[in-house]
Amino acid sequence: MPIDILMPALSPTMEEGKLAKWVKKVGDTVKSGDVIAEIETDKATMEVEAVDEGTLSEILVAEGTEGVKVNTPIAKISGDGEAAVGGPKEGSAATASTPKSAAAPEQGEKPAVPDNTAKTVSGVPAQPVSEPLSDPDLPADVEYVSMTVREALRDAMAEEMRRDPTVFVMGEEVAEYQGAYKITQGLLQEFSADRVIDTPITEHGFAGLGVGAAFSGLRPIVEFMTFNFAMQAIDHIINSAAKTLYMSGGQMGCPIVFRGPNGAAARVGAQHSQDYAAWYSQIPGLKVVQPYSAADAKGLLKAAIRDPNPVVFLENEILYGQSFQVPKVDDLVLPIGKARIHRKGKDVTIVSFGIGMTYATKAADELAGMGIDAEIIDLRTIRPMDVPAIVASVKKTGRCVTVEEGFPQSGVGAEIVAQLMANAFDYLDAPVIRVTGKDVPMPYAANLEKLALPSVAEVIEAVKAVTYTA
Amino acid sequence: MAVRPTTEKRSSASAQSADKARTKTPRTTDNPQIADLSKDEEIQAYRDMLLIRRFEEKAGQMYGMGLIGGFCHLYIGQEAVVVGMQMCIREGEDQVITGYRDHGHMLACGMDAKGVMAELTGRRGGYSKGKGGSMHMFSREKQFFGGHGIVGAQVSLGTGLAFANKYRKNDRVSLTYFGDGAANQGQVYESFNMAELWKLPVVYIIENNRYAMGTAVSRASAQTDFSKRGVSFNIPGEQVDGMDVRAVKAAGERAVQWCREGKGPYILEMQTYRYRGHSMSDPAKYRSKDEVTRMRTEHDPIEQVRARLLERGWSSEDELKDIDKDVRAVVAEAAEFATYDPEPDVSELYTDILL
Repeated sequence: MPIDILMPALSPTMEEGKLAKWVKKVGDTVKSGDVIAEIETDKATMEVEAVDEGTLSEILVAEGTEGVKVNTPIAKISGDGEAAVGGPKEGSAATASTPKSAAAPEQGEKPAVPDNTAKTVSGVPAQPVSEPLSDPDLPADVEYVSMTVREALRDAMAEEMRRDPTVFVMGEEVAEYQGAYKITQGLLQEFSADRVIDTPITEHGFAGLGVGAAFSGLRPIVEFMTFNFAMQAIDHIINSAAKTLYMSGGQMGCPIVFRGPNGAAARVGAQHSQDYAAWYSQIPGLKVVQPYSAADAKGLLKAAIRDPNPVVFLENEILYGQSFQVPKVDDLVLPIGKARIHRKGKDVTIVSFGIGMTYATKAADELAGMGIDAEIIDLRTIRPMDVPAIVASVKKTGRCVTVEEGFPQSGVGAEIVAQLMANAFDYLDAPVIRVTGKDVPMPYAANLEKLALPSVAEVIEAVKAVTYTA
Repeated sequence: MAVRPTTEKRSSASAQSADKARTKTPRTTDNPQIADLSKDEEIQAYRDMLLIRRFEEKAGQMYGMGLIGGFCHLYIGQEAVVVGMQMCIREGEDQVITGYRDHGHMLACGMDAKGVMAELTGRRGGYSKGKGGSMHMFSREKQFFGGHGIVGAQVSLGTGLAFANKYRKNDRVSLTYFGDGAANQGQVYESFNMAELWKLPVVYIIENNRYAMGTAVSRASAQTDFSKRGVSFNIPGEQVDGMDVRAVKAAGERAVQWCREGKGPYILEMQTYRYRGHSMSDPAKYRSKDEVTRMRTEHDPIEQVRARLLERGWSSEDELKDIDKDVRAVVAEAAEFATYDPEPDVSELYTDILL
């Protein structure tokens, strides 16, 4: 049975071309790889190479013909039998041509337009919504102990490393130095250098190495000395860790935690003072956690280590030394994706997270003295965001202020505003106001740095504005 | 016993003058002793390389028909590299990872041609359910870890696979493939450093096909002898004739054994050549037609095996034709499956984002 040679496309956007020249003539024997013709488009010339073998039995389009549509039969090859074996069935796409030296538009490759639009279904399926889990119930007589965030984070790692031998921690100065911020204090002594691994200063490399180890089923905790340095590694966090599960059709999970101090510390300048919550929160395939209290730091870090997905765990240097009451239970694991009502109130909802909570709580105390009863939501998790908790609160108060240290444009507050527009528009009694870091690189000078960060006064001012209080 | 080619020896052996010679003929410069393959190995190599060749030709053809979209990087010409290396490892145990020119690696790993082709066409029967495409396929069963689109990223990831082997105290080895282009990425050297520091079992296979997209090695690399790229980390390296499957296997055996013995990483520069453009829409104006023709006629990896099989009387023309028929049947079946398999269900849009 003769095989049709079809006019090939040299790019997905090519629709037709000129059959410039026949290199083979009727009767010639054609072998796989032989150039049989040359075709031209307005952009380039290319050779048509045979895939199947046989004799060129017929030329259907004469040399010099312009405007030959892609996929038109241009010649026939009669096979010597072998090409027909297992070959495509009658009516299916049987061709023997392939572009070999294909010339392209100068701008390079373009994404293809699929040729099967008829089969695509109109209408995008609805994004599934999953209800966040609630915090576990604590025993009524639970004892609380005072603990710093630093101790809580260390205990979380130690407990999970005792529980699961595939958990290990790696990063700069995590072992012998005991952690640049002493978060990994004592871990080397308990778990040995096999599981508490000092890396060279090589963020891109060790982040990728950690992701590779996670693909193979280990559970790395990758510590960045600060998230500012994770900029070197952001390709692996996003392109390798977050996207591979999807790109592999669900085969290649990546159970990894990227953690370390994030955001402004004090007087360290622009390159060491940035909040990455909004950056990572944009990425499907990541979970992003930013705890405020020690209890949340412990319970959420334990959850992050157990999570089968990549989790970006954003800590804060200034909070490390602050003490909080932590319930004394054997295994404190808190649900990622669930906000916490930090303070109940009826007049206004203040939504914050991480160190932003320090402004929110102080402001709420002062506002109480002015007769304004603020509800504070501590998001704890930035992605997936507990939008139902925010919406429920705003439906009650009718007013909302967001507080974060990050930059204003496309920040976490901006997302909250958009969610409220979509889900609570009719309940709002005032425009939502965002209190954020200023739209400037962080200055070094003490006075300017203070101005660049949010303040309690700004939160109070914003709450007064949304409650129309003089 | 593994012979460690010392870096000192290497630096004198391949001086600048060797560079010019190499543009004509790839040679195993350091290890001229090339062990012959057995009859069965030669036939297997022939079949495996031919499968990749025919598969890629078909992929090119289907791209021309608009069935395959986006990027499509063909492996034609480089078949001996993956086929030779695969002969050195334990399939399904040792890990394999590479960049975006990955179809050959997957077929060599034993992944199903239908699943690979259906991924190229973006269908539900593809290895990634149609959600990955040409550059992103994986198989836990075959320990194939992708399929990565960011040049050089697979080097850190493959080093992590080796780290996991060491952590688990097994003797598995990570074969980490990348090209002469990726070899200029910073994270490659970050990985080299950690791999040697921690003695990780990873073979870095640099597939030097002479062009990073359209940029010739000599225009992009201050050190064009890629086997030396590990010198400052004390990683041994060899240049290998990557068009000769026997040379690849011989060097691969040395490298894999080195890793299994816990001696750390090993670098193999495979001197190879891609016949086709960087991707389907590459005009290939950066090299001459003569150069391509010469490589195809004088150094074709499949023709070399074919000639030996005939010369030694290990196979007849008819037997080789039968192999060709079998391979064509596999490819035709894959192409047909990939043409008629449905696209993924729209409900797949929101699946596989989180576990």
